[in-house]
Amino acid sequence: MTTTQQTDVNNGVNTQALLDAREALTSAPEAAIFNWRATCTWKNGTHSRTEVKGFFGLGEEQSHKTTFTFDADHPEVFASEDKGATPAELVLVALGSCLTAGVAAIAQHRDIQLRKVTATIEGGMDVRGILGIDSDVRNGYNGIKVHYDIEADASADDIKALVAQSQKRSAVFDILTNPTNVTVSVN
Amino acid sequence: MIDTVVIGAGHAGLAMSKCLADRGIDHVVLERGEVANSWKTERWDSLRLLTPNWQSRLPGYGYTGSDPDGFRTMPETIAFIEDYARAISAPVIVDAEVSCVRAEDGRYHVRSRKGDFLCRALVIASGHCNLPRLPPVAEALPAGVASVPSMHYRRPEMIDEGGVLVVGASASGTQIAWELQMAGRQVTMAVGEHVRAPRTYRGRDLQWWMDRAGVMDERYDEVEDLVRARTHPSLQLTGSDQRMTLDLNALGDIGVRFVGRLAGIAGTTGQFSGSLRNMCALSDLKINRLLNELDEWAESQDLGDLPPPHRPESTRVGDDPPLLLDFEREGIKSVIWATGFRPDYSWLKLDVIDPKGRLRHDGGVVDAPGLYLMGQQFLRRRKSALIDGAGDDARELSAHLASYLKGAAAPGAPALIEAAGA
Repeated sequence: MTTTQQTDVNNGVNTQALLDAREALTSAPEAAIFNWRATCTWKNGTHSRTEVKGFFGLGEEQSHKTTFTFDADHPEVFASEDKGATPAELVLVALGSCLTAGVAAIAQHRDIQLRKVTATIEGGMDVRGILGIDSDVRNGYNGIKVHYDIEADASADDIKALVAQSQKRSAVFDILTNPTNVTVSVN
Repeated sequence: MIDTVVIGAGHAGLAMSKCLADRGIDHVVLERGEVANSWKTERWDSLRLLTPNWQSRLPGYGYTGSDPDGFRTMPETIAFIEDYARAISAPVIVDAEVSCVRAEDGRYHVRSRKGDFLCRALVIASGHCNLPRLPPVAEALPAGVASVPSMHYRRPEMIDEGGVLVVGASASGTQIAWELQMAGRQVTMAVGEHVRAPRTYRGRDLQWWMDRAGVMDERYDEVEDLVRARTHPSLQLTGSDQRMTLDLNALGDIGVRFVGRLAGIAGTTGQFSGSLRNMCALSDLKINRLLNELDEWAESQDLGDLPPPHRPESTRVGDDPPLLLDFEREGIKSVIWATGFRPDYSWLKLDVIDPKGRLRHDGGVVDAPGLYLMGQQFLRRRKSALIDGAGDDARELSAHLASYLKGAAAPGAPALIEAAGA
C-alpha cells in the first residue's frame, strides 16, 4: 500500500500520514476516539455565532491553530437580518466540504491528479414544516442533491469511483443518511 | 498421542486430511456431527452451489459427471463431500464435537465428545459460517415480528404469511428474497454494500472467467487491502439451470422493493439509510471494473470467437426510496437476516483471538506453533472459502505443518517455521 506514493501526483494530501495513522489507530483503537465540539452563542434575533476551537483526540485535548467562527442567521425573506448563512445551509457546507476532502484524499491514494473539483449541493425543503403549518411536513430537507464537476487525469469510471468511495467514507454523509441520537440538556 | 488433529470434516478438513495422508502424517478428523454437517443442517432447501460442477476440485478428486457446467443441489453437494471422504478413506470420527482446546507442554489437548486427544499440530477447519452475525439493531425488532437468521431459513412455508424484510443483499439475501417474492410474499430488501455479478459473461460462466484469468488465485500477500478482502460481501450469484443473473434489477422486475441499509428501529418503525443510491453506484462500478479486467485478460489470450464485451444495465433505484417503514402498517411480519456469519471459537482456549473475534494468522499459519486454519474467506487466496480453494491451501499448509512436526520432533528445539510454498 505504500508503493503508490512514489509518483508525481500531488493533490496536497499527505496520504502517507493518513495511512500511518490508520495503521497506528488499528493497534490503539482508544486513540481513535475523538470528540468534536462547538460553542454557539445567541447574538440577537435569529443571529448566532458559533466558535470552534478545542477538540479531543489521540488520547488528549487538542486545539485548532485558531478559533474559527461561524455566523448563522436567516435571510430577509424570513424577516431576519441575514448576518450569516442559515443553519440548514451550513449543513450543505459540511456535506460538500466533507465529500470534497474525501475526493482529494482518495484521489491522492489512487494516484489520480485532480485539476478541478466543484460540488454543487442543494437541499429541498418545505418550510411549512418549520413554520408549524402542517405537521405532516418534515422540518428538515426532503432530499439533498450533490453534483460534482471534476476534471482529473483519470477515466470517467475512475472519477465516479472517487465520488462513490468518498461517500462511503464520509462522516457527514453518514450523519445525514443514518439516524443519530441527539441528547440536548439544559443547565 | 497423535501427530495431528483436524477439526471439521467439511471440504476444507477433508482436503487437509488427504494432504496429510499423502505426507504420511498420522491424524484424525474430529467432526461435531456427520461429514458435510453444515451443508446438511444449515442451508435452505432450494440452495444450489454458486460455483459450477467442474469447479469443485479437491486434492485427488473432482467432478466426473456429464454436466460440468451445472450447479449442485444440496443433496448432490452433500453426496459429493461424503464420496470424497470415502474415496480418500479419511480417518473421520463423527459425533465428536470439540468442547475445549488447550495448550499443554507444547502440545494441544483437544477435548471432544468422543474422548480427549493430545496432538502436536492442530488444524481448525470448523468453518467460517458457524453463527449468524446479526446487527445490534436486531434486538430492537418490534414484538410480533419474527426474526430469522438466513442459516435458519429453509423454505417459504416456514415464514409467516405477510410481508418480509430481507436485510442484506449479498448471495443469501438475494436468493431468499427471490424465493419469497416468487412464493407470493411482498419482499422489501434493505440494501447495504453488495457486489452484483452476471452469472454469464460473453457466453461463459463468470466463475470460468475468474478462474481462468487468475482472479481466484490472487494471493493474500498480494492483495491491496487484506482486511477488506476478507470481509468483502459475497457476489450476488445464484446457481440455476437457467443460469440466471440475480441482481437487484432482476429482483425489482418481480416486485421486490428496495430500501437502504437498516440503520435503526424506533418503536414499530424501521429506519433506513439514505445511502442506497451510492451502494448501488459502488456495486455497478465494481462489477464494471472486474469486467474490464476480464476483457483485458481476454485480449491477451487466444480464446477464439467470443461474443463482444458488454456491460450490465445500471442498477435501477427509485427516485425516493423510503427512509422509514412502519412494520405494522406495511404488514411486515418477518425479518430475515442475511447479514453474514461469524466463526465460533468459544471452545478455543488459546491466546490467538484478536479483539474482533478473529484468529490471528498469516495465511492460515496461526499465531501459535503447530496451529493452522482452513476454509476462511481469502485465507491464502481469493478462492480460499470455496470448495475449489481448499486444495491449494491444504497443500501449502500441510507442507508447513510437516516441517513444523519435523522441527518439533526434537524436544526443546525451536520449531522450524517457514512459509511453505511461498
